[in-house]
Amino acid sequence: MTNDIIIIGGGHNGLACAAYLAKAGKRVTVLEAAEQLGGAAITREFAPGYQVSAGAHLLYMLDKNVRKELALESNGLAFSQSNMKTVALAEDGDHLVIANNSAQGAGITDADQVALQEYQRFMTRFASIIGRLHNRIPPRIATKNSSDLLTLAKTALDIRMLGRDDMREFLRIAGINIYDILQENFDHPLLKGALSMDGILGTNLGPRSNNSVFTTLHRLSGLQGINMPRGGLGAVSEALATVARKHGATIRTSAVVTRICMQGDRVTGVELQDGEEISASAVVSSADPRTTFMGLLGARNLEAGFVRRINNIRMRGTAAKLHLALDGLPAFKGLEAGLLGERILIAPDIEYVERAFNQVKYGQHSVHPVAEITLPSLHDDSLAPNGKHVLSAIIQYAPYDLKNGWASQKAAFTEQVIDLLEQYAPGIRQQIIHQEMLTPVDIEREFRISGGHWHHGELAIDQFLMLRPAPHSAQYLSPVDGLYLCGAGSHPGGGVMGSAGRNAASAILKATQKDERS
Amino acid sequence: MSGADNSGMIKAIDFSSKDHYRTKAFPSPFFTRQQAVNELQEWGRWADYLSPRAYYCSSMEYFAARNASAVFDLTPMSKYRISGPDALPCLNRLVTRQVEKIKPGRVGYCVWCTDAGQVIDDGTIFHLSEGEYRLCSQERHLDWLLTNTVGFDVTVSDETHMVAALALQGPTSCATLKAMGLEGVENMKPFDIEYFPFEESQLMVSRTGFTGDLGYELWVEPRYAEALWDRLFEAGKLRGIQAMGDEALAMLRVEAGFIQAGHDFMPAHATVRTTHTRSPFELGLSWLVDFDKPVFNGRKALLEEQARGHRYNLVKLDIDGNKPANDSFVYTTGKKLIGTVTSAIWSPSAKASIALASVKTPHGQSGEEFLVEIYYQKELKWSRVMARARVVSDVFFTPPRRRQTPPADF
Repeated sequence: MTNDIIIIGGGHNGLACAAYLAKAGKRVTVLEAAEQLGGAAITREFAPGYQVSAGAHLLYMLDKNVRKELALESNGLAFSQSNMKTVALAEDGDHLVIANNSAQGAGITDADQVALQEYQRFMTRFASIIGRLHNRIPPRIATKNSSDLLTLAKTALDIRMLGRDDMREFLRIAGINIYDILQENFDHPLLKGALSMDGILGTNLGPRSNNSVFTTLHRLSGLQGINMPRGGLGAVSEALATVARKHGATIRTSAVVTRICMQGDRVTGVELQDGEEISASAVVSSADPRTTFMGLLGARNLEAGFVRRINNIRMRGTAAKLHLALDGLPAFKGLEAGLLGERILIAPDIEYVERAFNQVKYGQHSVHPVAEITLPSLHDDSLAPNGKHVLSAIIQYAPYDLKNGWASQKAAFTEQVIDLLEQYAPGIRQQIIHQEMLTPVDIEREFRISGGHWHHGELAIDQFLMLRPAPHSAQYLSPVDGLYLCGAGSHPGGGVMGSAGRNAASAILKATQKDERS
Repeated sequence: MSGADNSGMIKAIDFSSKDHYRTKAFPSPFFTRQQAVNELQEWGRWADYLSPRAYYCSSMEYFAARNASAVFDLTPMSKYRISGPDALPCLNRLVTRQVEKIKPGRVGYCVWCTDAGQVIDDGTIFHLSEGEYRLCSQERHLDWLLTNTVGFDVTVSDETHMVAALALQGPTSCATLKAMGLEGVENMKPFDIEYFPFEESQLMVSRTGFTGDLGYELWVEPRYAEALWDRLFEAGKLRGIQAMGDEALAMLRVEAGFIQAGHDFMPAHATVRTTHTRSPFELGLSWLVDFDKPVFNGRKALLEEQARGHRYNLVKLDIDGNKPANDSFVYTTGKKLIGTVTSAIWSPSAKASIALASVKTPHGQSGEEFLVEIYYQKELKWSRVMARARVVSDVFFTPPRRRQTPPADF
């Protein structure tokens, strides 16, 4: 048997895993289906001369260890903008700007300022509990394994060390909804609307849905400020690929894996679309768990209870992505030009956000969506021709399983979103040279993510740690010998972090060492 | 379906009606005939159906099955039709044995497990015709079966209510069927399936049963249920035919050494405490587990269990004295607690107090002696006896006629 490891998918987690495995001396081949590496951390052309981060468009929580251990900065990663502010747009032009634990404008009260400081204090503190888990292989419960028990004990200790009051508060809020927390702490509608976005972006949750405190904490857990890599998010993937190659990994693009091959209870390799078969002693999939198990391996090769668990993972994408090529800078009502390059939100109050969510419960898209808007070309002139600009926005809610399908409703939805932008930035419609809307169905097709869900499955307490993606495939393992997972569907989940890839590599190294010994 | 007219109490069930769920206990398609001979009017429940516990005397019903023939209503048993191009691979993934060994026209005993290798239920696979299967079991499993269809080109339909079934068990059963006009029925070997014309329909006959004796099971459309009952009792009149209820069957199956869900093991899907279930090995069913085939539910866990060792053995006990050892604790002769009795009876045919018991490994080797703690009362005065018991490897009662083909004529 060969000693090769195949990694399915050249997204940032697949590449991070490849880099670590290659660094440890493994012979690694990465197979990326698309022509370009990066998965959903990619910069690509969407109109002639216009480049955009087609998936994720801001970098929040790239794993510090990955960054340092793989020396990403000396391998091409640079930032065009760091520590971006958040602008909460008001329809009347009296906007609120949030930066470094304080908010300015829109008549914000001192009481809200104080509350914001306190909110940031305890949320950051609680988030660090989750953050400390990111670089731990998730522990199994009901186990006698000493490293699992140690991790469980460390986490329990982390919670206990919060002290009586904070521990009580953490346990009170960890499972509930962000709406209640924000209502308890704040008065200003723009502030509550903007903060609620941390809990709902990329999820199938409204502010009143339970678990939205957890998603907020997850976002804060690895927060390194809000940053924009030079050259877009694709720069992260490229830097990871450079490191992987330096350590001897082979990276192939346009290599579409159609099947994971098995013999007996063991994985033997993969088969590509053109019929090529590549054998390997281990296959690591950075594809989402449903694609990996149901699509590539096949339900027939798995036991039925596990099939049921994989089929029941909640992974309904609700976020759409809008890309506009603009003939000049848009003018947002009342927004000074210096703030155009920040993270701009349309979420004027928390009730608005909850109402936007209401429709998805019934298979419809929001009538008045919420949006996270960036203008990356302001910081990076490589993205658009001179004098032109690129607008990239996450639009919610746009459910994957839209009633009557997206084909007939995408154009109308796009118009509705542009109408919304027009309300805040009059005249923007006239500036549009090209437009591209990626619904979750398009995201599924382009990035090969089942359900079009960024995180390869909802980030939820019941789909986290040892439960991610499902029992019996936590710890980056699977029920099939020699098949591993390293994508966002595994702990600690989605967002451009690279932690899943890094943790997977160490789990795989541990497992293969055990195989070699026995 | 009739039934309502005669009883005045029991509503007939129309399964095509949206309201059928409003009825808590369904009468079987044989209800009018059962009611006519049910002198005790004692009705128990089996899943959705009324099922007679005994018709007139469970002991006499038992003796009918061993010395003449007895009729048991099997209709409440779960019956699932499994068909489609992938029926075989789907069943092979579901159960632990090799399903291709069950040829068309044959029946096979099987057991199926969770991913954790714990028994969900046992039952029989009827290979009705090439690629068409029926899975029969005591418990309901539609949800689990549908879960098992993911990834297979296969259809599972619940035909529990679409098939009326009777078991005819006992030494005169073959002669009764011959007298009923089933030509060639005597040539059926154990686990064979044959079809015979019946009224305007057909009667399916399988040489199967839950008594460990000569016997057949008869399967027909519900609208012919009463006709089947009538013709069977007509043909069996001089051959000692009797209706038999749950209590008599419970005795018969223990003598045959057959296990039953809810008694000798907890169905894994109905068990909250995960350590209270059993693997096939722990139920003495290792002969049903075939690791030569690829993925099947529980394979990985069962391989691990085989390497690690089993927790329990299910054993047959021959117990001194004549007190049935129901629910008894089992001890070593040194009085160390090692298990419990799961089913126990005084066996009229073996003339012995017999039991099935689950004991901790390594106990349970053939010939090993235990003590069984039996509580019994005489006119409300309770006594306790620590009875000696021996592990036996042979079935308590297994007459040669069970396998004899053709069976003796009467």
